[in-house]
Amino acid sequence: MIRIQARTEPSSLMKVASPLLAITLTLIFGCILFSAIGKSPTQALHVLLIAPLADSYNIGEMFVKMGPLLLCAVGLSLCYRANMWNIGAEGQLLAGALGGSAVALYFIDSESSFALPMTLLAGIISGMLWAAMPTFLKLKYNSNLILTTIMFNYIALYLLIWAVHGPLRDPEGFGFPESALFSDNTLLPVLFESSRIHLGIVFALISGVIGWFILSKTHLGFQIRVFGADEPAARYAGFSGKKLSWLVMLFAGALAGLAGVSETTGPIGQLVPNVSPGYGYSAIIVAYLGRLHPLGAILAAVFMAVLYMGGDLAQIEMGIPVAVVSMFQGVLLFFLLACDFFINNRLAFTNQATN
Amino acid sequence: MNTHNSVSRLELVNITKQYPGCLANDNISITLMPGEIHALLGENGAGKSTLVKSIYGVVSPDKGDIIWDGREVSIKSPSIARDLGIGMVFQHFSLFETLTVCQNIELCLSKTQLVNIGDLASRITQLSEEYGLNVNPSRYVHSLSIGERQRVEIMRCLVQSVKLLILDEPTSVLTPQEVAGLFVVLRTLSNEGCSILFISHKLHEVTEICDKATILRGGKVVDTCVPNEETPASIAKMMVGDLAEQDAGYAKKEGTESVLCVSSLSLEPKQPFGTALKDITFDLKSGEILGIAGVAGNGQDELMAIISGEDERNIKSTLSLSKQDIGHLHAGERRKLGMAYVPEERLGRGAVPEMSLSENTLLTHSEGFIRNGLVDWQSIKDYTTTMIAKYKVKCHGEFSEAKSLSGGNLQKFIMGREIGQNPKVLICAHPTWGVDVGAALAIHQALLELRDQGAAILLISEDIDELFLLADRMSAICDGHLSPVVKTESTNIDQIGQWMAGTFIDNKSVSISNTTPAQKANS
Amino acid sequence: MDSDLIVQILFAAIKTGTPLLFIALGEVICEKSGTLNLGQEGMMLMGAVVGFLAAYGTGSAGLGVLAAMLMGALMSMIFAVLVLHLGANQVATGLALTIFGTGLSAFIGSGVVGQTIQGFQPIAIPFLSDIPFLGRILFNHDILVYFSFVMTFALIYIVNKTRIGLILKAVGENPHAANAIGIKVLRVRYLAVMFGGIMAGVSGAYMSLVYTPMWVENMTAGRGWIALALVVFASWRVGRIMLGAYLFGLASIMHLVLQGLGWSISPNLLAMLPYVATVIVMVIISADRFKEKLLAPRSLGKPFDPRNMA
Repeated sequence: MIRIQARTEPSSLMKVASPLLAITLTLIFGCILFSAIGKSPTQALHVLLIAPLADSYNIGEMFVKMGPLLLCAVGLSLCYRANMWNIGAEGQLLAGALGGSAVALYFIDSESSFALPMTLLAGIISGMLWAAMPTFLKLKYNSNLILTTIMFNYIALYLLIWAVHGPLRDPEGFGFPESALFSDNTLLPVLFESSRIHLGIVFALISGVIGWFILSKTHLGFQIRVFGADEPAARYAGFSGKKLSWLVMLFAGALAGLAGVSETTGPIGQLVPNVSPGYGYSAIIVAYLGRLHPLGAILAAVFMAVLYMGGDLAQIEMGIPVAVVSMFQGVLLFFLLACDFFINNRLAFTNQATN
Repeated sequence: MNTHNSVSRLELVNITKQYPGCLANDNISITLMPGEIHALLGENGAGKSTLVKSIYGVVSPDKGDIIWDGREVSIKSPSIARDLGIGMVFQHFSLFETLTVCQNIELCLSKTQLVNIGDLASRITQLSEEYGLNVNPSRYVHSLSIGERQRVEIMRCLVQSVKLLILDEPTSVLTPQEVAGLFVVLRTLSNEGCSILFISHKLHEVTEICDKATILRGGKVVDTCVPNEETPASIAKMMVGDLAEQDAGYAKKEGTESVLCVSSLSLEPKQPFGTALKDITFDLKSGEILGIAGVAGNGQDELMAIISGEDERNIKSTLSLSKQDIGHLHAGERRKLGMAYVPEERLGRGAVPEMSLSENTLLTHSEGFIRNGLVDWQSIKDYTTTMIAKYKVKCHGEFSEAKSLSGGNLQKFIMGREIGQNPKVLICAHPTWGVDVGAALAIHQALLELRDQGAAILLISEDIDELFLLADRMSAICDGHLSPVVKTESTNIDQIGQWMAGTFIDNKSVSISNTTPAQKANS
Repeated sequence: MDSDLIVQILFAAIKTGTPLLFIALGEVICEKSGTLNLGQEGMMLMGAVVGFLAAYGTGSAGLGVLAAMLMGALMSMIFAVLVLHLGANQVATGLALTIFGTGLSAFIGSGVVGQTIQGFQPIAIPFLSDIPFLGRILFNHDILVYFSFVMTFALIYIVNKTRIGLILKAVGENPHAANAIGIKVLRVRYLAVMFGGIMAGVSGAYMSLVYTPMWVENMTAGRGWIALALVVFASWRVGRIMLGAYLFGLASIMHLVLQGLGWSISPNLLAMLPYVATVIVMVIISADRFKEKLLAPRSLGKPFDPRNMA
């Protein structure tokens, strides 16, 4: 007889093991799914997991995808620690891409050495602005943050589409909804020859370390954790919920904005309608998979980037729709949430039947 | 006592219930006759609540039999219990505030019962008159006072023609006068043959109304007695064992200079169903304990929130600390000026459940532990370890999560943390609620020691006995009004009880005079 | 603007508002039981694709709707097990459901993108459709619109007048008290969540079988989220959901109105309108914190574990 029993103390082993277990279960699910549609599960595993890391080009691409995922996830980790349900990383990323691109296009004929910093700054500020609006509406008017951030995602998307059809469209682009190619002066430097790895990944890794430092070393980080874990206690202690809310939201907005502008000034080199294949949404899963810990997010971002690569490769090599990636992401989060149950509970094996 | 026949109404045989890490009920056997008023006595954690929940089908015992009217029954759910004729009034009421009295009662009835009753509202009105319960079926529960809500709970049981009524600490939320009213109802029921199982830890009430008493300690039956053959002291001894150290009363002190002044504070409630504060004025002197008595929900929470700064509304000049206006400062700033606060809820407000004790120290005690915005974790851990030892907090160490501590130990920790900041003013709510006798004694000592060092202490409690024991001056709060403040020696339980019911509220200040919130709600 | 155009606009507003109405009716019941399911968008997409596939395969739009309902129920059960039994965070689980549904629907629908089917045809209700003005707006629709009318009024009755409604409200306000008086809290919540799933399925089917009628990836375009806002807008009252759904429907077809007025605005900017309108409405409705606390189910989003009752 197996029964579920509450643990007296949460298991610290399961806290670490749960994401790994969830990843394993997701892969098993993937194998079963591929067998079900008549593909070889070993080939599928190979394409999803091994191939993305098989050669230096693919590893480079993996890092290219990891950058925006990690930047967004670090910001979201802090938000979720503070119980601020910011689902708006996607919109903040798009806003960053849009704002940054506008400045990059302004500098298109300029030789100024300020061009790139100004472009990045514009992206960061746009992202912060996009995060600031729902934050303001929540704090001032008590609006539901989840819903407003989602709505701002859609608004950012249509704004971006409008911009590439209108004011930012390349006049010599034969009417395609794209901006002109940015000048080299506003492009992020590539780190390694013959790859597309650019400075964005460095920003991302630094942001992970900063996030970790804030959360575990500073009084501010402690206040964020208290505020998220137990709001009445934070009020009792006299921590300003408003200040903390602003702080984490602007931080997340800045990072997402940086992610957006790094995409347009990095691997893409211009503003296009599909800047992001849903990085902002995937980052939610990265944040969770990393246990809302900025350093954990680094590992989770690696896995998620591999999954993105795998999805691309699966489409090319096996003709599987790329949507399979977001399906796996959902499944992964399901498994993670289910495995987390065993942090506070355990299976007990007993001989006697229970009522 | 009314014994129509010799068949017992309820017999519990060897009831045992094990929770993870705690044997809540250990082979408990009790017999109840028809019409008997039976007290279930014991300290917090003795297993009383678990036992009655087993009878009512909320908890399923691991072992043991329940015999009802002479035959063995298995009570798997509250609806089975109700079908048998068992009714229960919970300590924390199981009423739904957004529904009416009638709807609340309807939810507890089965479809057949509803058909049998016919018009529920008129049945309620009829029973209400019969038992003097004064319950209006069309009122929304959120507009009722605590005492009225309890009567709705009792009405819920009466509508089902109850044969056994279980009351879990029914008097802890009532004024002394309301308690007297409740006892009249209970005696009437008993005379009609309804058995009553009465959980309490107030001994004088038990000796007053109960025919028999069973005393639980650590999940076991340790004794039974006929209360009116005993004295409260002798019963107390049974409850706590030989370790019992009866509080002998402490020396009263007179405060010196005013530290905390509240003048003409009026405030609308922030929460729906909250209580408005009405023209509250008092001053708290250093070196004294000022006790505020009152039934829960009469504005205590609102008063503490606005004084501590948790309620962030600006009340400027109506609040001052050491002659400095502090009404515009937020809670953290007030803390820096020397205000400390022990809230009513320990877990979830006074301490973050999932954080270690060290982290919970930092929650309010950051002085000296922060350098350039960075936390000096090692010093905090060392400090916390010392504090745990000083206040004899039972735990594995500074790394223990707050939620792993028992209520009493967590309270000692919070008390220690707040006192450790050498406050000028300590606001202390229900300091020993749900705490075992040993811890309560330690907490009392700590409070008195702090007072003797010259701190001003505002003590808010529902426990009148505790207030008389500790407070140097006393007052009562009712419906957001504060009564006059008097020296403890110059008043008595009767007067404070009257004040808790609002008799001090004069005609000028409010439209409704001389009423309890309960009466006001009815008018 | 002539009256013909007004009739056309109002007719279109109802048609556009109907999927919102379905999904919001499901969600309001779910939320009244105290459970917040943010997976609406995912359930709706799955309903849309499965409904389309079933109708495409069998040639029967009716079977398509049934399949979509079943799919919605299945999707909601993933949520229910995780949240109600395993105590998972409701927000995270709902998001996972949306992400999962978005991916899975695109995955299984990739073969039929761009295909068309014979959806439901409008049925003019005899006599009623002859009422001047109103008849053409209200009684010239397809069967699903009439079904949404019936559902709305049935739910108004059930929530406000029956014991089921009473139990639902009790569970949503105070699950511990409900448990103590013997209401099976988890069972009520399971059923409420499942109802939400079924309605999300119908809503999706409406999109793919009537509104377009075809399957395109992500065709719901955030309607699942707007429905969540709609519930807040309606202050958890069923009757107001209908009003809100049609108002949002109107906002979504503003381009028709503006065309009627002879304005020309970029379609990409107009596409933002429903989302902007949602934000504005939420700000207006939620600004009164006091009122919202009063009206929202008190236990909304909070976990309930009957094992912790002791």
